Amino acid sequence: MTGILQQLINGISLGSIYALIALGYTMVYGIIKLINFAHGDIYMIGAFLGYYFINEYQLSFLPALLLAMIISAFLGVVIEFLAYRPLRNSARITVLITAIGVSFLIENVMIKLFTANSRAFPQAIEQQKFTFGSLQVSNYQLIIIVTTLILMTLLQFIVQKTKMGKAMRAVSVDTDAAMLMGINVNLTISFTFAIGSALAAAGGVLIGLYYNSIDPMMGVVPGLKAFIAAVLGGIGLIPGAVVGGLFIGIMETVVSALGFSVFKDAFVYGILIIILLIKPSGLLGKNVKEKV
Amino acid sequence: MLKIADLSVRYGMIEAVKDVSFEVNEGEIVSLIGANGAGKTTILRTISGLLKPFKGSISFEETDIPRLSPQKIVASGLSQVPEGRHIFAGLSVLENLEMGAYLRKSKGENKEMLQMVFERFPILEERKAQDAATLSGGEQQMLAMGRALMSKPRLLLLDEPSMGLAPIFIKEIFNIIGEINKQGTTILLIEQNAKMALSIADRGYVLETGQIVLSGSGKELLASDEVQKAYLGG
Repeated sequence: MTGILQQLINGISLGSIYALIALGYTMVYGIIKLINFAHGDIYMIGAFLGYYFINEYQLSFLPALLLAMIISAFLGVVIEFLAYRPLRNSARITVLITAIGVSFLIENVMIKLFTANSRAFPQAIEQQKFTFGSLQVSNYQLIIIVTTLILMTLLQFIVQKTKMGKAMRAVSVDTDAAMLMGINVNLTISFTFAIGSALAAAGGVLIGLYYNSIDPMMGVVPGLKAFIAAVLGGIGLIPGAVVGGLFIGIMETVVSALGFSVFKDAFVYGILIIILLIKPSGLLGKNVKEKV
Repeated sequence: MLKIADLSVRYGMIEAVKDVSFEVNEGEIVSLIGANGAGKTTILRTISGLLKPFKGSISFEETDIPRLSPQKIVASGLSQVPEGRHIFAGLSVLENLEMGAYLRKSKGENKEMLQMVFERFPILEERKAQDAATLSGGEQQMLAMGRALMSKPRLLLLDEPSMGLAPIFIKEIFNIIGEINKQGTTILLIEQNAKMALSIADRGYVLETGQIVLSGSGKELLASDEVQKAYLGG
């Protein structure tokens, strides 16, 4: 029993990171129908920024986290402006390929600047382990879960209650009608990229702390898994990204705990295939029928 | 108030609207009628800035419309109820109405307009917390109109407000259009339902394959042989 509980805690910690990245995927898809494959690299940039602020500027964890989020948000907006906006009226496949190109560009610039070697993420907070019977929880796991909860609550507030959040939802349902209301669609899209990127960067800093190792290619696999999480939950749906992220995180830890850690990635990709076959709209997705 | 001169709009090589000229004076209801594919919606989308004209001019009270973004066009006092209503599904009725007032900063004025919209469409107040997608077709049309009114437009563009509605709703919607007009909003109405559209219109234009073929007062057009034959089955 405690074994299951232990895996659940580990899984939720990892799944929270996937969820943070998946939110950006799903929001960007919701608003411009683009799978932003460069999104995993923003997560990597976030981790490097956190590393930089803690190592070079001796900042403590929280300010480093916030700064990494702010700068990554800005980077996300710049990427959208330079790479995706000029293609706003192009075929979707064109933008998709551009996103893959942006991803390669970021990765290789980072390799050029920092080499491909992994480096140790500074231990800005000393690791502590709490034991409850045979159950073990580290303060890192608690930090991940609490930070994720705070960020998701904040996101929920922004999306549901603020004018910008409502405009985001309006633009994702119907861009033309949103324009007819006078909604500034470009600004709304920039805002979506900013929020998604900030969340991914938070995930990057948190994972740096948790796994203690970062490198320029670290965003590729988690990015892909977060994408799967978003599809699993129902792409375009914010709660879906959270559910999908946690699901994938828990599945992965459980599969590893059962002794199949070699197959854990295969397992995640298998889930994607099954979902696409059985319920392409995702766990929380509805098969949308157009009302005429 | 709105003056359109020699307007042509193209989709690639296809000319959907050809040298169209017409005008809407302050206080009027003007109806633009024509069959499916005549170019009515294209004209309206161009006025709202979603499409750019190939040539010709559109001026709204001396403002040159094609140079403005859709946002600026709304800000200048022109608002559209699109064909098929296009309400924001997943947003509540109230949130839909708030989006209609997106450009306004003053909260007091927003409240005032909301009150006015609720007075005109009491059903919307009853359902304000409901997901807009759960409304019936007629209610969605009312929501789309209420949403467009939230920006307090001086000129309201209506694209096929009767589309897909039961006859009893159509009557109600046209009554409301008349009332909105009486309270000082100028209206440009686009319709396939020629009889309803012409009977409330001060003036009308008939559009065929992208060109205006007939114009006159609402009464004249209703009585004319061409309109009788082509649109009223007489």
